[in-house]
Amino acid sequence: MSLIAVTEVRKRFGANEVLKGINLDVAPGEVIAIIGKSGSGKSTLLRCINGLETIDEGSIMVAGAQLADDELHLRALRLKVGMIFQGFNLFPHLSAGRNVMLSPMVVKKISAKEAEAEARARLAQVGLEHKFDAYPDELSGGQQQRVAIARALAMRPLALLCDEITSALDPELVNEVLQVVGKLAEEGMTLLMVTHEMRFAREVCDRVVFMHQGRVHEIGPPDIVFESPKTLELRQFLGMT
Amino acid sequence: MSPFTTWDIVRNLLLATQWTVLLSLIAFAGGAVVALAALLARTSRNRWARRGTVFYIELFQGTPLLMQLFLFFFGLSLLGLNVPPWLAAAVALILWTGAFLAEIWRGCVEAIPRGQWEASASLAQSYFEQMRYVILPQALRIAVPPTVGFSVQVVKATALTSIIGFVELSKASTMITNATFQPFVVYGFAALIYFALCWPLSKSSQLLERKLNVAHRRH
Repeated sequence: MSLIAVTEVRKRFGANEVLKGINLDVAPGEVIAIIGKSGSGKSTLLRCINGLETIDEGSIMVAGAQLADDELHLRALRLKVGMIFQGFNLFPHLSAGRNVMLSPMVVKKISAKEAEAEARARLAQVGLEHKFDAYPDELSGGQQQRVAIARALAMRPLALLCDEITSALDPELVNEVLQVVGKLAEEGMTLLMVTHEMRFAREVCDRVVFMHQGRVHEIGPPDIVFESPKTLELRQFLGMT
Repeated sequence: MSPFTTWDIVRNLLLATQWTVLLSLIAFAGGAVVALAALLARTSRNRWARRGTVFYIELFQGTPLLMQLFLFFFGLSLLGLNVPPWLAAAVALILWTGAFLAEIWRGCVEAIPRGQWEASASLAQSYFEQMRYVILPQALRIAVPPTVGFSVQVVKATALTSIIGFVELSKASTMITNATFQPFVVYGFAALIYFALCWPLSKSSQLLERKLNVAHRRH
């Protein structure tokens, strides 16, 4: 039984069809990397899965929650799947700890005390328990992204969507974020990530999805996708021709 | 010579000033409540709420405040409702202030990066939770200088209510002039009083703007 089921999803921006019938099933605990050129639709696919974009055709299910364009369905869906963004998107007016505490308190209505304990635990998980009271602008990019991960984890999602989460980071900060993600993968978190970190994708992922012009062009275990790509487009993308 | 001393004039002008101040406060406080409701409706997902609010805002921004005062004062009495000048003045000014503040604040809400909406949405927050805990606290900071700046307009706008017979500073000036025949002295003092009310407001708006801009730290 798959945790995330994407079935025949089509998405248009005006006349431009960016997703042309995507099918993808993600099993619980599976770690999947989505690779492809910019404009191939990989970020859009990710954003559709938690309803940041609407879809024109097809269906998306996450653990029994169906994507639909009303607040009740969206809320149910987003309680199952968290998202981490390229630009971190921490709330600048709240401390790191408060960033993590906010949604459990207002959405799940848990008490401030419980939320604080949860926030401290999640910040410890990403190695930032000592930054509880720091504001986002006092943190490095890598630290901000780790707080964003802690914030998503505090909602206890079944799966995490990572949208190029290291692309806005200075090279020396990339590893601290990847380490955290790698640890989550080891612990059995279901991860769906759009990434340009090929080495990381190869080491950590169970499957790699190569998207090209709005379609899933190739899919398979990393050693097969990276070692013996079947199509010309993937070989070109990997720089093998 | 005139039986009125300068002190008589000033004293009576100051007495009338309290009504200008009171009316300004009512217009501003009431207008803020209306503006907040309009802002939420204007940015909500409901199409009809958005359209209705746009209609309200364009109507009150696109007609002279004087016409709005006339319509509330004379228009409602045509319908058989006896509206005293203070009520017509308060209602018209509240709705007028609300229409302008709603647009000022909408600009501030739209200045908040889209990523803030997306991050809070992905954390399963509803529209009101996003507004209440993420967007408005940040928008408020940018909204303070233009809001205080606009309060100057509200104070000056209260002068128009003299035309429907509400006795505030301007109306009192006219009445005192009619008794003393010293228009230059009377209106001169009235202008000074308006200036004394407005100048600190516009000055503090400038100061707040500089302070909130220089301090790039947002907490």
